Amino acid sequence: MTDSTTLPEIFQGRIDSEEKIEPRDWMPDAYRKTLIRQISQHAHSEIVGQLPEGNWITRAPSLRRKAILLAKVQDEAGHGLYLYSAAETLGISREQMLEQLHSGKAKYSSIFNYPTLTWADIGAIGWLVDSAAIINQIPLCRCSYGPYARAMVRICKEESFHQRQGYELLMTLCQGSEEQKAMAQDAINRWWWPSVMMFGPGDANSTHSAQSMQWKIKRNSNDELRQKFVDQAVPQAEYLGLTLPDPDLKWNEARGHYDFGEIDWDEFYQVVGGNGPCNHERISARIKAHEDGAWVREAALAYADKQRQRARKAAA
Amino acid sequence: MPDKIGRLPLWEVFIRGKRGLDHKHAGSIHAADGEQALQYARDPYPRRNEGCSIWVVKSADIIASQFEDNDSLFDPAIDKMIYRHPTFYDVPEDLKL
Amino acid sequence: MSGETTRQELFQYVIRLGDNALINGQRLAEWCGRGPFVEEDIAMTNIALDLVGRARMLLTYAGEVEGAGRTEDDLAYFRNEREFRNFQIMELPVGDFAFTTARQFFVDAYDYFYYRALQHSVDSTLAGIAAKTLKECEYHLRHSAEWMLRLGDGTEQSHAKISTAVAELMPFTYELFDADGIDRAMQANQIGVDLNTVEALWNEKVNNVLDEATLERPELKYTRSGGRQGLHSEHIGYLLAEMQSLQRAMPGQDW
Repeated sequence: MTDSTTLPEIFQGRIDSEEKIEPRDWMPDAYRKTLIRQISQHAHSEIVGQLPEGNWITRAPSLRRKAILLAKVQDEAGHGLYLYSAAETLGISREQMLEQLHSGKAKYSSIFNYPTLTWADIGAIGWLVDSAAIINQIPLCRCSYGPYARAMVRICKEESFHQRQGYELLMTLCQGSEEQKAMAQDAINRWWWPSVMMFGPGDANSTHSAQSMQWKIKRNSNDELRQKFVDQAVPQAEYLGLTLPDPDLKWNEARGHYDFGEIDWDEFYQVVGGNGPCNHERISARIKAHEDGAWVREAALAYADKQRQRARKAAA
Repeated sequence: MPDKIGRLPLWEVFIRGKRGLDHKHAGSIHAADGEQALQYARDPYPRRNEGCSIWVVKSADIIASQFEDNDSLFDPAIDKMIYRHPTFYDVPEDLKL
Repeated sequence: MSGETTRQELFQYVIRLGDNALINGQRLAEWCGRGPFVEEDIAMTNIALDLVGRARMLLTYAGEVEGAGRTEDDLAYFRNEREFRNFQIMELPVGDFAFTTARQFFVDAYDYFYYRALQHSVDSTLAGIAAKTLKECEYHLRHSAEWMLRLGDGTEQSHAKISTAVAELMPFTYELFDADGIDRAMQANQIGVDLNTVEALWNEKVNNVLDEATLERPELKYTRSGGRQGLHSEHIGYLLAEMQSLQRAMPGQDW
């Protein structure tokens, strides 16, 4: 390291040579801010994501399904925790992140602003939403920021069963009665497009993409990942005997990919902007949990404090 | 005095995945005290492993080297490092050592 | 005693244990996504998951004992209010965190001493389930007992809330030790446990923890009992209506 090398050069040099950036390293302010925004948004998505699935735990139609769903929702809370933990290495506290979530300043994945109306929705979330999440998350395992990359490795390892349980759930419905199959089809009709939208705006309209690519926070473009998702989902839907609600969906031999219809970006921006079917309910539920828990956290701290004082007195 | 909004302190979690391995940093959690931190660390972190041991330490108690110290802490050692590499020493190639 | 009576009694005995785990798990699971902070949310969900797992083992075994081909799900989803045999304390609405903590503490202490004794059952299936369950019970009890201390000896507000919860729940603990003929028969043939011993250990533990938590043990002005015979509080119907809704709406399907 010679004196003529500047801190930004060292930083970008590390990234270019695929070295990780670690918490105490110098980093540009914008890099730190981008990561805080992205990681906390990701953490909030896991935590808010507990709600639509949690909605069916008490009504799961078999004890096996109840246990699976509990395990899955618990995993999601755990993933939220890993991610909050990664974000905290960047100098933001859990409390600050929660304030941002509750005030609406911080976003979370819009997919969780749709309601889970029937049991089949649990299958649709597992299959479509978790598939989309995995496609988004795998490249993040190689993200340039060490703590985020390590959290993602752990998360991806644990998530592998989520998608399979969703698909298995739908398979059971599709092999069942007409009523069950109709329930599955209805769920796919409602969850398909929101899942396709999970990859964010098209590349032409994506505000943060270029810089994030240069910093290796992001490795693939939104449209690239979206295409991968569609290509993967079509044969899986065929196997289930379900129809994806897109008349324009067809194999394009020349591209070697499936073509698909135009996304309703109005809906996307409405939901991102707070006007989705459950935005208000989700945030209210989170605020209520946090506020109802305040006295519990205070009690735990007060008790820990008393214990410390007692120990000090005993030692004196 | 405890925080009015109940801000629980942060703890770093170290896990020994199995016997014979070192404790390795796994992440962090929030808890009111050490006992609670141990319990909370047990739930998410070693969930799929078995037979492990957990350490928790208050994040605020960790003394970490600063980036600015890197030159003074690590660079001088590099000079002495060469003596510690086996290839620094010439011995006959056919000798099994 | 004829073989058939014993079988019927054993079925009842096992189904009570299974129902206790199931209904307690069902209530605790209501916290999922709503805990006071994410770490505690995970811990509560984890305990609920243990309880559902325990219920599955016990109800499956109950079905085998009965010998009528009923599965865990037949038993969980197609019995009515009067056929459920859990203690009333399990079915009371979830309440606030203090109520949940006090309920879990009373139940966890009971389960811990109960399953510790049940490990020595001459019924090898029950003994096996008990041995596996005991490890969880130990953790559950540690978790809830510590929260009793934190809430009791925490702030004035938490002390008031946990005191109220203890007072509300104490009458429902009477039932835990209100042995009937099946309990006595099962104890006599060394399948079941001695509830008097469990009660003594439970009292000791509860008194110690309440004392350390600076909480009073309230006098029992009234008691509640009847779950063993399927006599419940009014809450059970709503809990079952919710839990069983889908199976009842579309019976006979795979899920």
